[in-house]
Amino acid sequence: MLILQCPCCGVMADETELAAGGEAHLKRFGPGSSDDDFESYLFNRVNPKGVHFERWRHAYGCGKWFHAARCTATLEVFGTYSAQVTEPPQEIRDKISARRPGWRWREFG
Amino acid sequence: MSTRLTGFGRLIDRSKPLRFTFDGKWMRGHPGDTLASALLANDQMLVGRSFKYHRPRGIVASGAEEPNALVNLGKGGRFEPNQRATTTELFEGLRAESQNRWPSLDFDIGSVNTYLARFLPAGFYYKMFIHPRPFWKHVYEPFIRQSAGLGRAPKDRDGDTYEHFHTHADVLVIGGGVAGLQAAKAAADTGARVFVLEQTAHWGGRAPVDARDEDRIAGQGAADWVAATVAELEAMPNVTLRLRCMGAGVYDHGYVLAYERLRDHAPDATGPRHRLWRIRAKQIISATGAIERPLSFAGNDIPGVMLASAVRDYVVNYAVSPGDRTVIATNNDDAYLTAIVLKKAGLDVPRIVDARAQGGGALMEAAKALGIRVDTGRAIAKVKGGKRVTKVQICAQAGEGGVLDEIACDAVAMSGGWSPVVHLWSHCGGKLFWDDAQAMFRPDAAHPPTGADGQGFVTCAGAASGALDMAHVLEDAHAAGLAAGKAAGGKAKRTKAPETTARADAPIEPVWLMPQGAKVELRTKTWLDFQNDVKVSDVQLAAQEGFESVEHAKRYTTLGMATDQGKLSNINGLAILSDALGQPIPQTGTTTFRPPYTPISMGAIGGEARGVVFQPIRRTPIHGWHEAHGADWEPVGQWRRPYAFPRKGESVHDAVMREVKNTREALGLLDASTLGKLIVKGPDAGKFLDMLYTNMMSTLPVGKCRYGLMCTENGFLTDDGVVARIDEDTFLCHTTTGGADRIHAHMEEWLQTEWWDWKVYVANVTEQFAQVAVVGPNARKVLEKLGGMDVRAEALPFMAWADGRIGDFDARVYRISFSGELSYEIAVRASQGLAFWEALMEAGAEFGAMPYGTEALHIMRAEKGFIMIGDETDGTVIPQDLGLDWAISKKKADYIGKRGQERAHMTDPGRWKLVGLETVDGSVLPDGAYAVGEGLNANGQRVTIGRVTSTYFSPTLGRGIAMGLVKHGPDRMGEVIDFPGTDGKTYRAKIVDPVFHDKEGAKQNV
Ligand SMILES: [Zn+2]
Repeated sequence: MLILQCPCCGVMADETELAAGGEAHLKRFGPGSSDDDFESYLFNRVNPKGVHFERWRHAYGCGKWFHAARCTATLEVFGTYSAQVTEPPQEIRDKISARRPGWRWREFG
Repeated sequence: MSTRLTGFGRLIDRSKPLRFTFDGKWMRGHPGDTLASALLANDQMLVGRSFKYHRPRGIVASGAEEPNALVNLGKGGRFEPNQRATTTELFEGLRAESQNRWPSLDFDIGSVNTYLARFLPAGFYYKMFIHPRPFWKHVYEPFIRQSAGLGRAPKDRDGDTYEHFHTHADVLVIGGGVAGLQAAKAAADTGARVFVLEQTAHWGGRAPVDARDEDRIAGQGAADWVAATVAELEAMPNVTLRLRCMGAGVYDHGYVLAYERLRDHAPDATGPRHRLWRIRAKQIISATGAIERPLSFAGNDIPGVMLASAVRDYVVNYAVSPGDRTVIATNNDDAYLTAIVLKKAGLDVPRIVDARAQGGGALMEAAKALGIRVDTGRAIAKVKGGKRVTKVQICAQAGEGGVLDEIACDAVAMSGGWSPVVHLWSHCGGKLFWDDAQAMFRPDAAHPPTGADGQGFVTCAGAASGALDMAHVLEDAHAAGLAAGKAAGGKAKRTKAPETTARADAPIEPVWLMPQGAKVELRTKTWLDFQNDVKVSDVQLAAQEGFESVEHAKRYTTLGMATDQGKLSNINGLAILSDALGQPIPQTGTTTFRPPYTPISMGAIGGEARGVVFQPIRRTPIHGWHEAHGADWEPVGQWRRPYAFPRKGESVHDAVMREVKNTREALGLLDASTLGKLIVKGPDAGKFLDMLYTNMMSTLPVGKCRYGLMCTENGFLTDDGVVARIDEDTFLCHTTTGGADRIHAHMEEWLQTEWWDWKVYVANVTEQFAQVAVVGPNARKVLEKLGGMDVRAEALPFMAWADGRIGDFDARVYRISFSGELSYEIAVRASQGLAFWEALMEAGAEFGAMPYGTEALHIMRAEKGFIMIGDETDGTVIPQDLGLDWAISKKKADYIGKRGQERAHMTDPGRWKLVGLETVDGSVLPDGAYAVGEGLNANGQRVTIGRVTSTYFSPTLGRGIAMGLVKHGPDRMGEVIDFPGTDGKTYRAKIVDPVFHDKEGAKQNV
């Protein structure tokens, strides 16, 4: 029963208000893509123990999608941010680095 | 025997008698009794039978940890199995029955299992599957079925009500013993809003029983201090106190479930029976105390063997003596308290058997001074007795059990030390460490459960954190309360824990097996889990067979898997496992602690959500009319739709047949309001819909309609419906009834998370409009009679729409058909829906207007070969499987699902494809039946080559018709294939075109 702040309406939303949308910042592969790329886009998810970026929807609230950066092991929430970005904003990365010095994931160092 | 004493009894009111029954026999007790104490007062030590061997079981404990005393309570709508007698408060007329015995508790046939014990070893349930099929079919399965489950399942609907409460707290204190009260006081003094839960009916926990004569808290006796502190807390406006309220589980970010039993002790009171509290707390203090461990010696399951602390509780709290002559077995000083209490109650304590070579501290001297004989370095070799203890055999703890002495007795009080109740600490990830000196797992304060800020939000206080003597308990609790209050935003206070009396106890010496080198015939009689019948020898066998992980050994032996979840057995079991594996206890570790702490009622989980408020029902504006006209309802999503409108004396089936016939021959009206209606608007709306639908929507002219298919990114068909272009920038997308919210969310997801720069808005206007399908050869006549807009074919051709007026109503009229008939689907404002429907019914009377329901709709669409989402699709079907290639654009570079449909498996020519099916004898194919082909698969079963997706009796054709997916189906027209039914018959059907009726579409296009 997490609490995440919806960055769109500002509500501290209980998990029952939210719908989980899985891993964030996936790149869509459509027609013309290789089987490997398409498979990876459809099915392969990182599922880390530690820092993770997720998509959530404030389903029983304002209805908007947003992103959350949190630790799957400790339940610490580093921050929530707009769904309309392709990678975590610098402010979020700085917050994570402050709490998890030296963490690395994908190209976001 | 066990009986009521004249002294003691701090919790009972002797002035008032209560009557209750156990297995139909009337017994007496007093207000304040638990069912367990009242049973003991009536000399009823035998209370049940164990799960596997049906061994006689007596009361072992006095609280929530009780494994044995489980009873069926109540009757009818208030019947409930597996209720713990130790936590059931007595009331007048209480009705209890023992469980797991037949025909009676005293004479139980199933107890023969105890002689089969060597055939039912650890892992029995797994091992039996190795044997050939006939053996487990005819021998094991009947045995397992017969012995499955304790108690009986209730038959009647629950006669009580339940509720949920939601609340927030700065500091939630779970446990109302001295630690919980002191922590609450310290936290409340910081100004924090404090919520305190106590699972029993009394504040103070064990302190009033366990305090020694010389003990003082802030100068007061323990019971007086408890009363004074509760009074202080009650007077504070920032403190809420709840008795009979158990902290059930601690979850992410400070979420806690608590279970309050409001009326279990007072069934005649009004109001809900249980209340589930859903609490968000900034800080949680787990002051849940500790549970005494049994000792593992042979015969430790015989009724009369009890926890030493429980024996003390029964005497002090309820004035009940568990036995006349009680032998004490211990490895720590605590059990001496029991000996002293028994002696003071005038009962006989023939021996204290202390496994420690040096014996105990000051308490031992006190016991000796009362004339009690203490044997140190000694152990119990074996307890003798059947349904009750008769004697114990004494041996050296260091040996293998050679008998040195025998003592006649009728009770044994055992203490193997104390285990902190770390459940709530552990639920959300708090770590434990092994404290060698105290022989216990304790919360590791450096690794607490963490919240959203990454900081700990649970603290253990008192015995729950491993502090066992009064001074440590209060200091620990005070510090926990102060810290939690401050962390939750309170003001730092410089308060102090109350002064307490110091103690001089001798240290515990861990004893995991008694005697240390117990021979195998003793170990096979030494119980760890009393409810599930797991013995020391079972755990040792599991280790020997390679179950080295504690989680595996638990499941293999079923240790700790009973309704008590191993509150007494877990630590002893993992110590035996560690010993068998030759590794220290912390290396073995504990199994996972999972909520709830003790079982909670299903009613409490459901709360108010039952019956009509289980989930909200969505009603169309015309719902009331349907109800008044005898609709037979069908749930569709959260809607209720009329399945049919049977008339007086008419069966539902006959009504459906009549409705189809009337619609095809005259005029049918369908309430289509539940169809999803999504407005998609903006300069990029066309481009967006081109991505969402498989076909091209951007080319749809204003004023026209087009049928469209929507797929998931996997390529699977997920919804269908007619799209109308309202103006250059605006489309109205119809979805299936169940799909409106889902497709709306699907659109929003793509717009918000992938194409957020596209200028499109989506609004779900499903409930803003009522929609009526006016269907049949007379459809135009009724509209023309009502007057208004031009509905002739020239003005409003098939697959066009127009705004205008029908009679007195503003209407939007779509010329679309899901039945194959001349059809107008007419949307009006929701507020006008009922009036519009009634106007149509009235005007239509002369044209034979009748309402029809969803089943007639289904039959008519099947006669026309139209697919239905959820019948022809199941999440694995792509549009190409359904012969819908005509609705898939070849021109578009991309749409959601296009890439998925290009995968090798999706383009396999061997995929099952949609065909029509006609039984050779005209009967109706069974729904979901599979078609079989030549040959067998790897499991020796017939090869399947297809299945039925929709099947009906068609009144239009006078025969059974069906649709199905068949391998190479469209290439096999005219072939007859076999569908074995579950009724043993084989149905034969011919593969035909799925359009059964009016193939040219002449009827709809007029
Ligand atoms: Zn929101």
